Amino acid sequence: MGIVSPGFQGRPRTQEPALPPGQYLTEDFPVLSAGPTPRVSLDTWEFVIAAENGSEHRWSWQELMALPQETPLVDIHCVTRWSKLGTTWQGVSLDTLLANVDTGAHFALAYSYGGYTTNLPLDDLRGGRAWVVHTFDGAPLHAEHGGPARLLVPHLYFWKSAKWVRGLRLKTMDEPGFWETAGYHDYGDPWREQRYQGD
Amino acid sequence: MATSSPPRTANRWQVGRLVERRVETPTAQTLVLEVPDWPGHLPGQHVDLRLTAPDGYQAARSYSIAGPVVNGPGGPRIEVTVQRVHDGEVSPYLIDVFGDGDPVEVRGPLGGWFIWRPEETAPVQLVAGGSGIVPLMAMIRARRATGSKAPFRLIYSVRTPGDVIYADELRRRVRDDFGLDIAYVYTREAPEGWRGEPHRIGLADVNTHGWPPDLEPLTYVCGPTAFVETVADLLVGWGHPSRRVKTERFGPTG
Ligand SMILES: Cc1cc2nc3c(=O)[nH]c(=O)nc-3n(C[C@H](O)[C@H](O)[C@H](O)COP(=O)(O)OP(=O)(O)OC[C@H]3O[C@@H](n4cnc5c(N)ncnc54)[C@H](O)[C@@H]3O)c2cc1C
Repeated sequence: MGIVSPGFQGRPRTQEPALPPGQYLTEDFPVLSAGPTPRVSLDTWEFVIAAENGSEHRWSWQELMALPQETPLVDIHCVTRWSKLGTTWQGVSLDTLLANVDTGAHFALAYSYGGYTTNLPLDDLRGGRAWVVHTFDGAPLHAEHGGPARLLVPHLYFWKSAKWVRGLRLKTMDEPGFWETAGYHDYGDPWREQRYQGD
Repeated sequence: MATSSPPRTANRWQVGRLVERRVETPTAQTLVLEVPDWPGHLPGQHVDLRLTAPDGYQAARSYSIAGPVVNGPGGPRIEVTVQRVHDGEVSPYLIDVFGDGDPVEVRGPLGGWFIWRPEETAPVQLVAGGSGIVPLMAMIRARRATGSKAPFRLIYSVRTPGDVIYADELRRRVRDDFGLDIAYVYTREAPEGWRGEPHRIGLADVNTHGWPPDLEPLTYVCGPTAFVETVADLLVGWGHPSRRVKTERFGPTG
């Protein structure tokens, strides 16, 4: 434990549910991003998975919507310390999107409209743990929260759930993304408090 | 700012102490913290402050660093400016309870994106809402401290004249720092003689007081979420490329 702050009690916390260390609960849906909110038209929207051998798999908006849909109910954790429990989404599992992609890659770099990038181990996008989502709480995802579609990888800090997602580049070598280059942790497990490099 | 231990210290918690406090407005105070192993920082970066209760409970929050490092008798000092969030957990403690000489855990500097490098020569436009002025003030102070000639424009939105943080210093800087312009937008109550009605920031404010896109300025927008969303959209709509507009969003959604 740290040094005690004289006179600090903290907010009354009687039945706080189990949250990752250092997180607090919010009912709000705060917004954090590094620049203006991109506005992406559904007519030109696409999602592209590029494998390390150069092959590309593309989905238009209609094609994405025609794939089997899932409705994950998950807790989300932002590195700025808010957590939100029991959020409901709708979208397509990365298992579905990766099903026909022939790859031996271990890493993925997610990239977005607007230029944002973030890296993840490819295994973290498989096994029913990651989605491309377009609906939040029953309504189309607002642009400020990453609409029309964002990545949802709830077991990692939320900066890994790239907003305005446009595709994945599969890679044999890990390549840090936007925040990772700016000093944030490479992996970002909230339960191990992997906020910054060196955690 | 020179030091033998580079950013390694950014990654661990160290103990800082409150050595001075300045009242800025009825709701905002500047806290000067002595942090012996401070590694130096760039304008726009922030620290995390962590409090621990007697039962071990901890709460940490981010605060922008308000200016360059100051050297004190006990070592380097950094300043943060805290705006009270009425029902908040940490900010009321820092303003009302945290006492002279009290310890606080500090981690930083953090954030490698929302920064201005004094060697940059491009014109800079700063757009602040409320306590969003803090990291932008760090840039204004660093400009002065380094003798930078980059032209700066600040648009600062506040509720009332009494809510202007750093009011006296901003007046002095405009007078003394060649190439710095400041325009205020008042949302609730404007001072005597100010032209116009109180209003929320709009395109007319941004294109009257900001730099036009063809000058290719660097833009930094900081404040509450709704404010940042509005301003960033206005700037991009006016023709500023998204990648030249950096944003930092503070606090709860509006
Ligand atoms: C990069 C960065 C830089 C920042 N720089 C500054 C700065 O320079 N100056 C500054 O003043 N602030 C700054 N902030 C904001 C700061 O980090 C804090 O968010 C702010 O001080 C409020 O903290 P708090 O503990 O007082 O309020 P909190 O307790 O976090 O409350 C904030 C709001 O959330 C609600 N809330 C939170 N938790 C609960 C809960 N468990 N139950 C019910 N309601 C809850 C509260 O009602 C309140 O409205 C910065 C933030 C970031 C991300």
